[in-house]
Amino acid sequence: MNASALILMISVQVTVTALTAWFFYRVLVSKPRPEPDSYTDNDGETEER
Amino acid sequence: MSTNTEAWGSRVGLVLAMAGNAVGFGNFLRFPVQAVQNGGGAFIIPYLVSFLILGLPLLMIEWSTGRFGGQFGHHSTPFIMGSMDRRRIWKYVGVFGIFSNIAIASYYCYIESWTISYIYHSLLGTFNGLSQHEVAGFFSNYLDVTTSTTGIPYEALLFFLICLALNTWILSRGLSGGVEKVAKIGVPMLIVFGIFLAYRGITLKAGTQGAVHDGTVGLNFLWTPDYSSLANPKVWLAAAGQIFFTLSVGMGSIQCYASYLKKRDDIALNAMSAGWMNEFVEIVLGSAVIIPISIGYLGIDRVVELTGIGGLGLGFRTMPFLFEQWGPILSALAGVSFFGLLFFAGITSSLAMGTPGMGFLMDEFNWPRPRAAMAFGAVILILGLPTIFFFNQGVFDEYDYWAGTVSLVVFALLETILFSWVFGLKKGWREITEGADVKIPLAYRFIIKFITPVVLILVFTGSLIRPANDDWSLISRGKWEFHNESIIGQLRHQGIGPNKTWFAESFYAEAPGTVDSVFILRGKSVVSVTGVNGKGQSLTKEYRFSPEKHTLAVSLGEKLEAGQVLYSGNVINNVFFIDMARLLLISLFFFIAALVYIAWRKRTKEGRDIS
Repeated sequence: MNASALILMISVQVTVTALTAWFFYRVLVSKPRPEPDSYTDNDGETEER
Repeated sequence: MSTNTEAWGSRVGLVLAMAGNAVGFGNFLRFPVQAVQNGGGAFIIPYLVSFLILGLPLLMIEWSTGRFGGQFGHHSTPFIMGSMDRRRIWKYVGVFGIFSNIAIASYYCYIESWTISYIYHSLLGTFNGLSQHEVAGFFSNYLDVTTSTTGIPYEALLFFLICLALNTWILSRGLSGGVEKVAKIGVPMLIVFGIFLAYRGITLKAGTQGAVHDGTVGLNFLWTPDYSSLANPKVWLAAAGQIFFTLSVGMGSIQCYASYLKKRDDIALNAMSAGWMNEFVEIVLGSAVIIPISIGYLGIDRVVELTGIGGLGLGFRTMPFLFEQWGPILSALAGVSFFGLLFFAGITSSLAMGTPGMGFLMDEFNWPRPRAAMAFGAVILILGLPTIFFFNQGVFDEYDYWAGTVSLVVFALLETILFSWVFGLKKGWREITEGADVKIPLAYRFIIKFITPVVLILVFTGSLIRPANDDWSLISRGKWEFHNESIIGQLRHQGIGPNKTWFAESFYAEAPGTVDSVFILRGKSVVSVTGVNGKGQSLTKEYRFSPEKHTLAVSLGEKLEAGQVLYSGNVINNVFFIDMARLLLISLFFFIAALVYIAWRKRTKEGRDIS
C-alpha cells in the first residue's frame, strides 16, 4: 500500500474503532436510573434493593 | 386506552437493536461501491463530514422526538410529530414515517430472502465448479421467479415467504421478547462473520488459491485519496446520500424505538453508541470485504466495471464464485459467513421497519400485538409480490428510488424544520440533553438549527435537479440537462429509452449494437445485442420475448440503431409496470394518511388528548 492510503486508512479506522469502543463501554458502565426506568430486565433487582 | 405496553429489556439490547436497525446491506454492498466510484480514500472526508453535520444531528433529533412523543403514549411518527405542534399538517407529514418503512420492507425482505437462499446453496455446494459466468447466470435465473435451482417451483417466492413469516413471527413476540433478542444475537454474529471475512480479504496473497493480487491491492485502491474529487458536488451528494442509507434516518423507525424510553433515561449516549457502531461496521469491516477480495481475483479494471451494476450485483453475482477458489470447506464457510452477515444485517433492519406501523395500529386501534404483526406481514406480502414477479420490469428499483431514497430526504428535511424551527431548539436541546450520560458539544445547537437544514435542502435540491453526467458546470453555460436519476429525470421517464408507451405493437432496441446471438431459454426467445456504452466499455443487452406472441424483426449479425424495431406483436412495456408501481406507492401513502385521519377523528370523539 502507498503511504497516503495507509496513513488515511489507519487513522480513520483507529479513530472509528476507538470511538465505537469508548461509547459502548460508557453504555455498559453507566449506572442504571432508579425505577421506574425504561428497561424491564432490571425490575426485579431494584425491588430487592 | 392503548394496548401498547411494550418495553425494552435492557439498555444494551436497545443500543444493539438501534445499531442493528442502522447496519444493513448498504454497509457491506453500497458503501465500498460508493467509495470506489467517488474518489477512493478521499470519499471518506465528505462522508465523515456528512456524518458529523447530518448523521449525528438527525440521530439526536429522531431519538429525542421519539422519546418526547412516547411520553404521550405515541409510538409512530404521525402522532409523535403531532405532539410537537398542534397544526394538523404534521400528522400527515408523519405519514412518511410509516409509509417509508412499509414500502422499503416490501423489497428489503426480498433481498433478505436471497441471503437465506444463498446460505442454503453455499452449504449445499451449489456453486462448486461453476464458472464466473454461470454463478452470475444463477442469480439471473433466481430472479426469474418461474425458474427453480432446487427443483422447488417458485423457489424465490418460497424463500420470500419463509423470510416474511420469520419477520412476522419475531415481531409478534414484541420488543424485548423478539426484536431485542434477535439484535443481541444478530449484531455480534455479523461482526464475527465480518471480522473473519475481513481477515481473509486483507491476508489474500497473490498466487495462492487462484488470487492474482494481494488483498492489500484492493485496500490501496479503496483508500488512496483523490483530493481533486472533493471539489466535485457529486461526491458530496453521494457521501450525504450514503449517510442517509447507512443510519436509517428519515424513516421513522428510530423515533418508534426511542418512543419506548422514559423521560429520565439517556438518549444522547445511546444515540452516539449505536451511530458509531454502525460506522465501525461500515468503515472498518465493510471496506475490508468485497473490494479487497474481488480485486484480488478480478483486478481493478474488472471490479470498477462491476461496481457499475451496483453492490447487489457484485455481492450476489460475483462473491460466490470467488469463495469457490478457497476449496469446498472454506468456500462453504465463507458463503455462510458472507450471506449470514447480510442476513443478520437485513433482519435487524427489517424488524425495525415493522415496528412503526404496528405501534400505530396498537396505539390507535387497540390491536393486540400478534394481530398488528399479521397485518404488517399481509401488507408486505401484497406490496412485495410485484417486486418479485416484475423485478426485471423495474418495480423493485421504483420502490427503492421513491420510498428508499426520495422519501427519506423529504421526511428528514421536514422533521428537522419541525424540531429546530417549529418545536424550537430551546425545547429541542432540553430534550436531547435530558438524562444524558454524555455531554453533547454546544456547537451542535448551531449545527442542528442552521447547518443540518441547509445541508438537507442542498441534498434535496441536488437530487431534484442533478445534471446530466453530473456536470454542475452546466449552470454557468445555461444548458441544463437533467440526469436520468434526478427526481425530475425520473418523473419524465428520461432513462426509459424508445419504448415510452404502456402498450405497443413493436418493441424497439434500447441501445445500438450488433445482434450476436438469438436463442431459446426456458421457453423465452432471447436476443443478445452487444454495443459500446458512453465510457467506451463493451455492453451486452439481452432482450427476452415470447416466441408464440412475438415475431423477431432482426437477424443474427445485423447492426442495430437505438429505436429500430427488434420484434413485433402485442407488447407491454416496462413503463407500464413502473407507473403501476408508482401508483401503488401513492395509494399506500394515501391509505396510511386516511388511517391517520380516522385515528384522529376517533381520538377527538373519545376525548383523548391529541397532543
